Amino acid sequence: MNKDTFKVKVGLAEMLKGGVIMDVTNVEQAKIAEEAGAVSVMALERIPADIRADGGVSRMSNPQMIKDIQAAVSIPVMAKCRIGHFAEAQVLEALEVDFIDESEVLTPADEHAHVHKHPFKAPFVCGARNLGEALRRINEGAALIRTKGEAGSGNIVEAVRHMKMIVSEIQQLKNCNKKELENKSKEMRVPLDLIKSVSENGKLPVPNFAAGGIATPADTSLMMQLGAESVFVGSGIFKSDDPKERAYAIVEAVTHFDNAKEILNASYKLKDAMKGLEISEIPEDQLLQKRGD
Amino acid sequence: MIGVLALQGNFFSHIQILNKLGYDSKLVKSSKDLDDIDGLIIPGGESTTMTKLIAREDRFVKSIKSFSKKHPILGTCAGLILMSKNSFDDKVINFGIIDIESERNAYGRQVHSFDTRLDLDYNSKKTSFMASFIRAPKISKVGKNVQVICNHDGIPVAVKQGMHFATTFHPELQNEALIHQLCFGDG
Repeated sequence: MNKDTFKVKVGLAEMLKGGVIMDVTNVEQAKIAEEAGAVSVMALERIPADIRADGGVSRMSNPQMIKDIQAAVSIPVMAKCRIGHFAEAQVLEALEVDFIDESEVLTPADEHAHVHKHPFKAPFVCGARNLGEALRRINEGAALIRTKGEAGSGNIVEAVRHMKMIVSEIQQLKNCNKKELENKSKEMRVPLDLIKSVSENGKLPVPNFAAGGIATPADTSLMMQLGAESVFVGSGIFKSDDPKERAYAIVEAVTHFDNAKEILNASYKLKDAMKGLEISEIPEDQLLQKRGD
Repeated sequence: MIGVLALQGNFFSHIQILNKLGYDSKLVKSSKDLDDIDGLIIPGGESTTMTKLIAREDRFVKSIKSFSKKHPILGTCAGLILMSKNSFDDKVINFGIIDIESERNAYGRQVHSFDTRLDLDYNSKKTSFMASFIRAPKISKVGKNVQVICNHDGIPVAVKQGMHFATTFHPELQNEALIHQLCFGDG
């Protein structure tokens, strides 16, 4: 029996496809998320919009809070560690968290290196703004990639930018000759084999989800049509006026993303979405997506 | 043509297996999609999510049950849970297509997921293949008309009743077409 293979980690990411992973901060929210049809919940003390508003250092959540959520729901439970903070990741693995998000939403612990993820049994998800970043994370052992977007902004513009960038860079790789692939390998700082596999298959070797700014069923449909295989919704649900209804509407929107009538029906019943931020009004040094590369 | 229930989960991996076997395939998202198919796959994913999305349409459950009277269905992981008679969880629907009882996530959380080699013992066929168990369920009770075709550590992990098959593991994650072939081929 082999428990450590990369395939087993990617296997869970495969099972999360066509689904919604929802940020929750307590047992009650976790139950609402599960009841609405979430495929997984991300347990964290503060949702990104509040982390942004509160400032200060943001760390791994209290393990007791994560444990309570694990006990309350039957779906997979994810939790975040700081970029490069392998000891937080070890703690989360000891807690048997189903997926570890090495996340730019928390304050980075290491400005030069991400967690070396291959030795862990628990799978990791990491954010990316472009193909190079995605492949560096996969090379370190990430079993799932998500766009960074701009977490807690309620603004989809950055997630769109990142998804389109990744998809178009994959397209470019498909048309590269051997010499050009070698150059890409140097430029992106990843092994040539990884570059070659993306070039041959026309996709990442792990699933590719959208995150960062999704607030409505139409945002969900947009990201799925741009190539996302699932969505993470952070602040968008529990910062809205109708979390329960919105959570379910976004679940419906992922499944029926290519059917505008279904998106319309899912949108009717909703009240106001979260207010959201204009990206240009966020000071440059407070952009979460700039953390980690 | 074989349909793959495409509400949530890794339905595209099953499409790839069907392509490999040379079958036409289509995604099934509502009861009307069942009309022109000859077999159905219920893939892995989250059974709670699939339950919620099936319940959106009033007649979906009834349609799947009546489809099962005439055509073969293959369920993997979450699909096996839905096909069971009972999985003792009110968040999950059970179609009762195969006379088994199942328990969700019975091996524990993701760190207990694993790949392993399984032996198939079915009619005259004896072979072995790789399978992935991802937060897998366990079959806790097998009815008298159900045939166990694979065991792992003394527990049934693949079963057959009539023309239907269900597995607690994922053959499709290993690009393994054997079970699909048994279910939709000539045996």
